[in-house]
Amino acid sequence: MIPASFDYVKASSADEAISLIGEHGDEAKLLAGGHSLIPMMKLRLAVPSVLVDIAGVRDLSHVEDRGDHIAIGALAKHRSLETSDLLIAQCPMLAHVASKVGDPQVRHRGTIGGSLAHSDPASDLPAAVLALGGSLIVQGPNGQREIAATDFFTGYFESALAEDEMLTEVKVPKSPGTNWNYQKFNRRAQDWAIVGVAAAQVDGAMQVSLVNMGSTPLRATAVETALASGASAAEAADEAANGTEAPTDLNASPEYRAHLARVLTKRALEASGVV
Amino acid sequence: MPPYCWRKGSTVEISVSVNGTQRTSEVEARTLLVYYLRDELGLTGTNVGCDTSSCGACTVHVNGESVKSCTMLAVQADGENVTTIEGLAPSSDELHPMQESFREHHGLQCGYCTPGMVMAACSLLDENPRPSEADVREGLEGNLCRCTGYHNIVKAVLACSGQDVS
Repeated sequence: MIPASFDYVKASSADEAISLIGEHGDEAKLLAGGHSLIPMMKLRLAVPSVLVDIAGVRDLSHVEDRGDHIAIGALAKHRSLETSDLLIAQCPMLAHVASKVGDPQVRHRGTIGGSLAHSDPASDLPAAVLALGGSLIVQGPNGQREIAATDFFTGYFESALAEDEMLTEVKVPKSPGTNWNYQKFNRRAQDWAIVGVAAAQVDGAMQVSLVNMGSTPLRATAVETALASGASAAEAADEAANGTEAPTDLNASPEYRAHLARVLTKRALEASGVV
Repeated sequence: MPPYCWRKGSTVEISVSVNGTQRTSEVEARTLLVYYLRDELGLTGTNVGCDTSSCGACTVHVNGESVKSCTMLAVQADGENVTTIEGLAPSSDELHPMQESFREHHGLQCGYCTPGMVMAACSLLDENPRPSEADVREGLEGNLCRCTGYHNIVKAVLACSGQDVS
């Protein structure tokens, strides 16, 4: 399978890329690692007229200590998150989740910005950033704005990014220690999660998110509320599917997904030190 | 339009170091790296398996790291260093240690996955020179062997890392 023809542009800066996507609107797509976009183009699920290659944009691959948070450039690859000493020390959950994306070949090419902008409810990294209570810096023709991860994922493969905006940086709070966990349940190696659960203690509160339990990655608010009122891990996990509309597909029914969400949430909470 | 724009149907000049030789070619932007390697350069050692980034038969190295060449455009390799299975062996009558280990431990049956498996295994050992058996199995999760000959493949990789597999 070969993608349909497109105009190909190499952008050398974020400003240039933003001006191009502004000019072409939804006809244009940004190409970073391409590991979500190229498979979709091969299957004609995406047929952009203009492909703006941003891989050559410099200064967007950083993983930096910014005091109370870590700033990650949108073009940082999964492999560089997985092996970042800074992340391993200060935000080990994100480094770990990055190591669970796809397979090594995918992690050598795929970028955190691409994964978040793609907004696949079955992806690992969106749920991790959501559980951490991170935020996303997006740049448009009129400058930058910061969007909380909880406001970023708006629908099935849809985000709060405007057509003329580009995700440039991801910010996650420092959350060192061992009070975190990621449960990814799948049946085949390298597959997406049938259901996943990310849990992380941030500023003393346990935050939990769900993978593939709705049209977007979700915060498990019912679980968090239960924990805040003193529920045990088992009691809180019973709430995991409350308020969700789990999808149905070849892998699982909504009922099975709800069951998985409860079981995996219990495991994730217990592994995060909740009793 | 800024200067670096190529219209639909036109070709882009790319310059890629492939197995140590600088190659300059005109390709359509939509050309996948694997078809550039196979059809344009005649390097047919890299196989196309699933064509959906699942099976890893098309694994090559870009700047020393394993990638699936069916999921990368040739234009994305412009200016980069690509190594294919043809570029591993030091000479025409000598195998790369990983190839030798696959031969020694019978790490193949039909052989279709082998070029990708060997490239993925080399990348794995570059990143983790003394992996455990579990590390090897997880590290090769992006490569499928439909003969299911995984046991000897894992053995071959462990042996190549200098560990006793007897």
